Amino acid sequence: MSTLEKTRTLESKHKLLRVSGSEALILSLLEEKVDTIFGYPGGAIMPIYDALYNYMDRLNHILVRHEQGAAHAAQGYARVSGKVGVCFATSGPGATNLITGIADASIDSTPIVCITGQVPSHLLGTDAFQETDVLGISMPITKWNFQVTRAEEIPEAISKAFYIARTGRPGPVLIDITKDAQFGMLDFKYEKCEKIRSYQPYPTLRASQIEEAAELINKAKKPYILAGHGILISNAEKELLELSEKADIPVAQTLLGLSCFPPDHRNYVGYLGMHGNYGPNIKTNQCDVLIAIGMRFDDRVTGDLKQYAKQAKVIHIEIDPSEINKNVFAHVGINADARYTLEKLIPLVKKNDHSDWINEFKECDRIEYEKVIKDQIHATTPKIKMAEVIQILSDITKGESIIVTDVGQHQMIASRYYKFRKPNHHVTSGGLGTMGFALPCSMGAALGAKNREVIAIIGDGGFQMTLQELGTISQYKIPVKIIILNNHFLGMVRQWQQLFFEKRYSFTEMTNPDFVKIAEGFRLSAAKTLERASLVEDIKTLLSNEGPSLLEIEVDKEDNVFPMVASGDSVANIRLE
Amino acid sequence: MSDIYQDNTETALKKRYTISVLSEDRPGLLNRVTIIFTRRKLNIESINVSTSEVPGVSRYTLVVNTTKDQAEKVVNQIRKLIEVLGAFVYEEDEIYYQEIALYKVPTKIFLHGNKIENLVRSNNARILVIEEDYIVIEKTGHKHETQQLFNLLNEYGVLEFVRSGRVAISKSKRQTQHYLDELENSETHILNSNGQDKYGKN
Repeated sequence: MSTLEKTRTLESKHKLLRVSGSEALILSLLEEKVDTIFGYPGGAIMPIYDALYNYMDRLNHILVRHEQGAAHAAQGYARVSGKVGVCFATSGPGATNLITGIADASIDSTPIVCITGQVPSHLLGTDAFQETDVLGISMPITKWNFQVTRAEEIPEAISKAFYIARTGRPGPVLIDITKDAQFGMLDFKYEKCEKIRSYQPYPTLRASQIEEAAELINKAKKPYILAGHGILISNAEKELLELSEKADIPVAQTLLGLSCFPPDHRNYVGYLGMHGNYGPNIKTNQCDVLIAIGMRFDDRVTGDLKQYAKQAKVIHIEIDPSEINKNVFAHVGINADARYTLEKLIPLVKKNDHSDWINEFKECDRIEYEKVIKDQIHATTPKIKMAEVIQILSDITKGESIIVTDVGQHQMIASRYYKFRKPNHHVTSGGLGTMGFALPCSMGAALGAKNREVIAIIGDGGFQMTLQELGTISQYKIPVKIIILNNHFLGMVRQWQQLFFEKRYSFTEMTNPDFVKIAEGFRLSAAKTLERASLVEDIKTLLSNEGPSLLEIEVDKEDNVFPMVASGDSVANIRLE
Repeated sequence: MSDIYQDNTETALKKRYTISVLSEDRPGLLNRVTIIFTRRKLNIESINVSTSEVPGVSRYTLVVNTTKDQAEKVVNQIRKLIEVLGAFVYEEDEIYYQEIALYKVPTKIFLHGNKIENLVRSNNARILVIEEDYIVIEKTGHKHETQQLFNLLNEYGVLEFVRSGRVAISKSKRQTQHYLDELENSETHILNSNGQDKYGKN
């Protein structure tokens, strides 16, 4: 009888099961309905890997090629599936390699639980082999972390970890387990954490604030909704649409909010921020009531705060209380869950018609199309432009694929030109801007997406930061379609050098390897597009290839992303060229 | 409040703020609290951690010299820490506070008349211990008071001086236990087993 069967039998008899700490960890993960783990073994986590060996039928462990990849893959899995992503790493370098991914998950509110092995408790603090104070290192970038030194603490620690990671504003949790705790024995009993006294994930909504917000909205002549990641996290897409339609309010999306509102809707006005659309930026300084939902007024959205929406009354609906009044003063600051708040707000909001106001955005769209978009998507330059690629991809996939992007020009172009028609179909590194994010993240996204198509769009620079994960993709045949937009430059930095540093291209040009050969070396099918003439066919071929596949596209070397709000400038001064 | 956001930190006045934190008594929490200050390059003038009147609940008292805006943002971020039960920011007139100072002086300075003895008496200080070589004087009070005694004693030579962090108690009538009861009974959404949240009263 396997241990698993023993568990089931014993569970049914309500008897406690005597197991090791390692097995208790695995059983706890199963209790949390975990099905996929991204990880990398090493000395201090070997007992856990040994326990995992017995559960291969229920837990799909993906051996990544670098722990950073495990963290990003867990993020991709979480963002696409709505579940908590899980990763394993050993002590010391294994744990420190997770740090970039944890920081990324923290700033982009992504629920992941990282399990790290640690040296035996009697060696803690002695500079033992592969010992590092991962608790201390990860403290500022985790929502919570905890070190387990006794086996019997494991079920409760895991239960709390999952509860904290997924509730409220989601975030990363790290549980560090000493090797002796992994070996130690305990009577296993799992109780799902449902409340922590000192943690209020869903603050109370005050009726008076809803009334104040409704009054502002009802009186507004030029109301304007900024929809952020919080809409997607709280599944408030339907309510957002309802509010927008009932009160006739234009909606713009933040980078992480992309895919939360139908792009073809009359009230959809575009994408916000430094490289966002023209209208959504300049209209921020013309609206009279700004309704920010599930967003945090990042500096890439606001530009200069002293010149940001000063004329407007601001309603800020946000689950994280420390975000309210942090960057932008909220006349009505509602610290609550987005969907819950909208459910209560909608009945108090009057039907309205703001056609004239919405048409002002359309006029901006026309200007942006003439000055920027037209030449980008109908390019006549010798080299392909990134925007054409995204436009074609968006058309071919009908805007229904999961798009994972890295960081830089290609990311901004993808955000601008892909029409996301399904919620949670856009995954990118927003707050941290982690180059190297997309490839490992797309593996997790593909595993979390089940049968949905996942396309990773990556620049030549970012791709080379984590390309070792092609090995993982190849080993597990993870069906990711990879598009490299190769301009032989660190394009975004080069663009800034061109615009703000007198074209002094200091260390941004890259002599790249043959990406096709690299992919082929990992036994992946790969192709390269050089000419516009073959672009559509090549993309179609990529998407129809069975399993993982890579397409490198040579794009215009010195193309720039416009519009652009220069760093520290006002959103009103957005540049079109 | 709005004017603070308009003129931000450059022109806003810096003041002394006392931050009081109630938390679960857990290792590592001190670090979590202090890194929030470090991150904003805020210097902590004094810090004190002790038990509160409720078993298992610690009270942190921190003093910082900063703007109201910064103090409030820092407190908001402290509140966010999972094991923190509550965090409050006070201006000087909203609290009663004290510090304690210890002064080690050579025994021989007491031998020349009663000047030192008078200093101790007039400053409401007291003699804690008398050894052959040194005497330890103790004084509680505000910083300027303990500092004043130091300056006076130092004319005769102070061997060692130490001052504690501030401890403060708010002028409000709120009791910690009531506050905790409110937290326990507050409205919250309950997550059901498949991870979907339902709304309701707990």
